[in-house]
Amino acid sequence: MEFLNNLALGFGVALTPINVMYAFIGSLVGTLIGVLPGIGPVATIAMLLPATYGLPPVTALIMLAGIYYGASYGGSTTAILINLPGEMSSVVTVLDGHQMARQGRAGAALCIAALGSLFAGCVATLVIAAFAPPLTELALSFDAAEYFALMVLGLVSAVALAHGSVLKSVLMTLLGLLLGTIGSDVNTGLARFSFDVPELIDGIGFVAITMGLFAFAEVAINLESEDKRALSTEHIGGLWIKWAEFKQAFPAMFRGTMIGSLLGILPGGGATLSAFASYTVEKRIAKEPSRFGRGAIEGVAGPESANNAGAQTSFIPMLTLGIPSNAVMALMVGAMIVHNIQPGPEVMTKNPELFWGLIASMWIGNAMLVVLNLPLIGIWVRLLRVPYRLLFPLILLSCAIGAFSANNNMFDVWVAMVFGLLGYVFLKLGCEPAPLLLGYILGPMLEENLRRALVLSRGDFTVFVTRPATLTMLLAAVALLALIVAPSIRRKRAAVFVEEN
Amino acid sequence: MRGRAQWIRNPKDLLAGLLFVSFGVVALVLSGSYPIGSAARMGPGYFPRMLGILIIGLGAVLCLRSLRPTAEAQATWHWRPLVVVLASVGLFCLTARWLGLALAGMLLVFGSSMASREFRWKEALVSAAVLGVAAVVVFVYALGMPLPVWPTVFGGR
Repeated sequence: MEFLNNLALGFGVALTPINVMYAFIGSLVGTLIGVLPGIGPVATIAMLLPATYGLPPVTALIMLAGIYYGASYGGSTTAILINLPGEMSSVVTVLDGHQMARQGRAGAALCIAALGSLFAGCVATLVIAAFAPPLTELALSFDAAEYFALMVLGLVSAVALAHGSVLKSVLMTLLGLLLGTIGSDVNTGLARFSFDVPELIDGIGFVAITMGLFAFAEVAINLESEDKRALSTEHIGGLWIKWAEFKQAFPAMFRGTMIGSLLGILPGGGATLSAFASYTVEKRIAKEPSRFGRGAIEGVAGPESANNAGAQTSFIPMLTLGIPSNAVMALMVGAMIVHNIQPGPEVMTKNPELFWGLIASMWIGNAMLVVLNLPLIGIWVRLLRVPYRLLFPLILLSCAIGAFSANNNMFDVWVAMVFGLLGYVFLKLGCEPAPLLLGYILGPMLEENLRRALVLSRGDFTVFVTRPATLTMLLAAVALLALIVAPSIRRKRAAVFVEEN
Repeated sequence: MRGRAQWIRNPKDLLAGLLFVSFGVVALVLSGSYPIGSAARMGPGYFPRMLGILIIGLGAVLCLRSLRPTAEAQATWHWRPLVVVLASVGLFCLTARWLGLALAGMLLVFGSSMASREFRWKEALVSAAVLGVAAVVVFVYALGMPLPVWPTVFGGR
């Protein structure tokens, strides 16, 4: 009963006209940026965040969430139509989706992607509603030492499950934690790493960091390999699928949704990992695996359902524990702090209308995406023809203004430029910027809990290993690191042999 | 690769490692003056120094790893787009307050357009004009951002 009451409360909040409107704006903007190359959901959310300062917190979060799942819709459109994933989470959709398009079945591919996403969205909403309360209750009983261990586990698994070199990601996380210490120390008020610059006393703005790493650096990288995309002018075909095709795709949709819902909860999981996992599973259990890569509808239905389910359930750790599992969730945590909501288990007990409103809005947003975006595909296709040389100055201008508007201060734009340079160098050196953002957002909370735990234990570090809860979490973190490092050693060894031959 | 140090097989890792180590060193040096306190009563210097040491240690591991052979593609650097992009954003920072958002925005758009290999004069001028005006309408008139619209020399907004 409580489950239904909670959902009813959520729909009551989400169905108010202002919230419906912003869910619509968010998912529309999300689709737009998903379609357009060169700007991802992270940069867009950071850019639009200052514009939400005047809105009520729940409305702001509803819009930002809409951008996130809208982007994965838009990303699959470009994956199917022009063989170019708009977002990382649509990378596998390219394999079979574009093949379908080349066979004149683009309409069917787009349709099954949308239906799969909608189905996944509905299921994931229920998963969140079912899992969030018990997790919140558990998290509420945590003390400082347990919270510290949980954050370490969260950061480690975010690093372990993300792609790229583990060592480099760990270092990026640590650097993020270090950047998080800039500004006045909570306990003593001492301004750390501030060089007597007044703007640095409150720390560096996360909007500015995000702009630099995810917009300026990205644009510079994209400009190196401009305009390789060619729009296929094939006929899209009718925007509906045959019943036989749907029957073939439905089991994949279902499995994709389950995989996505599960992997989305894990830190570091989310949309991208879910899509990859789902594709692998579909290919492995198919009767004729050779159909995959040649326009198998399951290869679109599975990953597209999985990435949407994963995108939504990745809200679970963020909403219940206050621990972001990917860069977008890190920004959502940042957005909550800006709106004076302390992320963590108290969100559900202190702001139930925000918590359940946000969850219900995801369902509404997903339904809107299907109803509104399928007819709009013609417009998205036309947008795809806008060349990058006209697009990126617009991205730069919006980001410069966005960074300024965070505090109405040019200082933030300068900070963004510095991080643009840093981000470019890091990307070139094979260091992913997302872990840095995670570390930066979690840094102050991590330090605070570490300090508090050690005050309570009178400086005794064994507090982290003498109790079962903290010990389990820290051991899990270590095990995860060991697990992820081992195969990469093996792979490197293999590379050595190849070279010696 | 002859003539260069051959024992460094992965310059990308070496550079990344050195970058991290230098960040760690900077953190240690700067936080040197902050009180450390004790584990039970951590001062503001405790956590940053802990992180600095960790970063230096792992950064050194990354440097050592560059001695191992790798199949990874090495970085190719194209500074021009980055420099043009950052310079035009910098120009915007310097000019927005006294030239106003309209002109500073147009400068940013036109300047950054030059970063593209397919730069075209007339097209860039048109898009600068359009986006400059659009920025003013959206950000100043619709969202009420406190930036002057026109050059403040002529009396501001």
